Amino acid sequence: MPLKTEEMILNVGPQHPSTHGVLRLEVTTDGELVTSAEPTIGYLHRCFEKYAETLTYQQIIPYTDRLDYLSSMNNNFGFVVAVEKLMGIHVCERAERIRVIMAELNRIASHLMFIGSFSNDLGAMTPFLWCFRDREEILKIFEEVSGARLLYNYYRIGGLAADLTPGIEEKIYSFLNQFEAHMLELDDLFTRNAIVIARLKGVGMIPREMAIAYGLSGPMLRASGVDWDCRRDEPYSIYASLRFEVPVGGEKLGALGDCYARYLVRRAEIDQSVSLVRQCLADIPPGDVKEQVKRNVRPPVGEVYVRTENPRGEIGFYLRSDGSTKPSRVKVRAPSFCNMSVFSRISKDILVADMIAILGSVDIVLGEIDR
Amino acid sequence: MQGMYETLLAALGAERVIPFSVGFAVLVVVFALFAAIMGAVVALIMVLAERKISADIQERIGPNRVGPMGFFQTVADAVKLLTKENVLPRKADSILHYCAPTLVFTGALLPVAAIAWSNRIVAADLNIGVLYVVGTASFGVIGRLMAGWASNNKWSLLGGMRAAGQMISYEIPNSIAILSVIVLAGTLNLQELSEAQMGGIHQWFVFRSPFAFVACLIYLVSSLAEVNRTPFDLPEAESELVSGYHTEYSGIRWAIFMMSEYIGMVVVNAVAVALFFGGWNGGLPGEPLLGGWIWYLLKIAVLMYCQVWIRFVLPRLRIDQLMSLCWKNLVPLGLLALLGASVQALMGPTGQRVMMVAAWLVFGGFVTLLFVAVRKTRHVPAQGGFSG
Repeated sequence: MPLKTEEMILNVGPQHPSTHGVLRLEVTTDGELVTSAEPTIGYLHRCFEKYAETLTYQQIIPYTDRLDYLSSMNNNFGFVVAVEKLMGIHVCERAERIRVIMAELNRIASHLMFIGSFSNDLGAMTPFLWCFRDREEILKIFEEVSGARLLYNYYRIGGLAADLTPGIEEKIYSFLNQFEAHMLELDDLFTRNAIVIARLKGVGMIPREMAIAYGLSGPMLRASGVDWDCRRDEPYSIYASLRFEVPVGGEKLGALGDCYARYLVRRAEIDQSVSLVRQCLADIPPGDVKEQVKRNVRPPVGEVYVRTENPRGEIGFYLRSDGSTKPSRVKVRAPSFCNMSVFSRISKDILVADMIAILGSVDIVLGEIDR
Repeated sequence: MQGMYETLLAALGAERVIPFSVGFAVLVVVFALFAAIMGAVVALIMVLAERKISADIQERIGPNRVGPMGFFQTVADAVKLLTKENVLPRKADSILHYCAPTLVFTGALLPVAAIAWSNRIVAADLNIGVLYVVGTASFGVIGRLMAGWASNNKWSLLGGMRAAGQMISYEIPNSIAILSVIVLAGTLNLQELSEAQMGGIHQWFVFRSPFAFVACLIYLVSSLAEVNRTPFDLPEAESELVSGYHTEYSGIRWAIFMMSEYIGMVVVNAVAVALFFGGWNGGLPGEPLLGGWIWYLLKIAVLMYCQVWIRFVLPRLRIDQLMSLCWKNLVPLGLLALLGASVQALMGPTGQRVMMVAAWLVFGGFVTLLFVAVRKTRHVPAQGGFSG
């Protein structure tokens, strides 16, 4: 009599070490082989978009902190850029420079968090703590500037909540100097580790066409060889005047569209962000960063859609104004949400360990997926 | 042990008072209890050492609250675990669930009996010592499989299956590597193995034969897999299987699994020392200074440090990579080493001397290669350093 076998349905999450929050994956496994993996989301839904309609524009800013809570500065940035575009406000050079410094520092912090949790998913414990050591320094800088360590609420429509504190430039410089040395050590420990490469090469391949078809953005898109970055191709703020490269998967980074490429793109972006912070720090003009607009802004009737480059991809803010102090509609295009859509497509006929690696390489934040 | 018992009785002058069988049985129980308690103590020390070493690697401080420099943290943890509730999942197989940790612990503890800690300290001087150690050490697989099956948890089941597959597979290169030395030494007795390596560091098997050196590397790799340590910690892979086969264990039963892991580490390293690194010999000709057991423990500690070091540097392998490493690399290489060692065993004194030189050359070459590889890859910028 042949042995009867059956597929096993595994619930990965909502409480599981590798789901990075409250995500549930319904996984069908045949032994170690994953035959399908369907994400179930919504455990963290808090009606941000609807709730925003009851708030004034300034009041929405702290709520954007909580979308992608690992890159609050960037969320603030996207939202204020959208409102400023709707109102036609010009922001002074000093405020713009500080905004870019904070956004890029936050990008570094967010990518450090990615590398840390990703290495933890692969079973390496030390890179996690090394990354957190450096992220801590960034959080200290943010705390000094904005008063908060995670949810900064630092950007304002037309300016910033507060100016730089005296002496913070030196602190940022000294952080960057030691940070670059630390990154070389991280490369020795993790990036070129033979087991890391064996675990990630060719895993979770996303071809160029698939990446575009699923609407991926950010490092996910660039790892698949699409050379697109909002900061360069649709510049906002002062990015047009800054010099930086856009790391793209492919021959230069030694991989295309697999988990390793996604890791390498983010790793290379850290270096670019360091360079951007240095450029902006080099000459910050004097000026007043406080907003020159009223507290309760009344944008003219109309609508606007602005996309900016978050660490996880393009965050898009759609705002519709009816001329009152509150928006009549807010819609957020969350990069993690779109990036996650490709997950079940590439998580077929792989091993359980690969599924965890793929999930880690997508780098999701549930606060943003569920909003 | 019988000999020890008779000596003890003679020293006390009590041969005629206590019947042999009763006295011997008491002694056996006392020894077993002693071994179990020592096992717990070793686990306590190892947990603390691991936390301190990992803190050093990860640039943290590590435990620093309980006692001076946190030295009593593990004691506090042990007390906590002892008083913690033992949760039994609904619909779990309660008998198997209960027995599994005991079985794993037994499997970890049994091999300790045959290990010769010095030329005098040995609980059971078995003439088939190595066979006994290999046999009893594989006992733990059953317990892990039982734990995985009995927990009524899919993660546990996956972990249990992984543990079974991995440990059974890696026993083969492990045993082949051991055999290479057995062939050279001509004995299975762990005491005699140590005696065969007397007379200085050059008499250690790892430096006496290039084949034993290769076998040593194979043994060290496969012993990591035997005790489920990173990069082979798949059965309890935290990020994948939550905790693997002991997901559903809590309190002291969970602690027993952990204790077994650390005792298992001591055992595999003790065997490695006995086989390759001169056993209780101090490395100099003549009697070991300060007693052999100190040297033995010192060597075990060095190997343990390496295992902890590896754990906090390397990520985990995938299951197919784990299996192909075993069957496609370690087993063929081990068979070659065994063949070479067998040929060497047939050689005369001149051949042995040639082989000793060859062993040092292989060792030197290995260290040089490692050094060059590290120098070459250190601090290479991330981009462009690799391709394809």
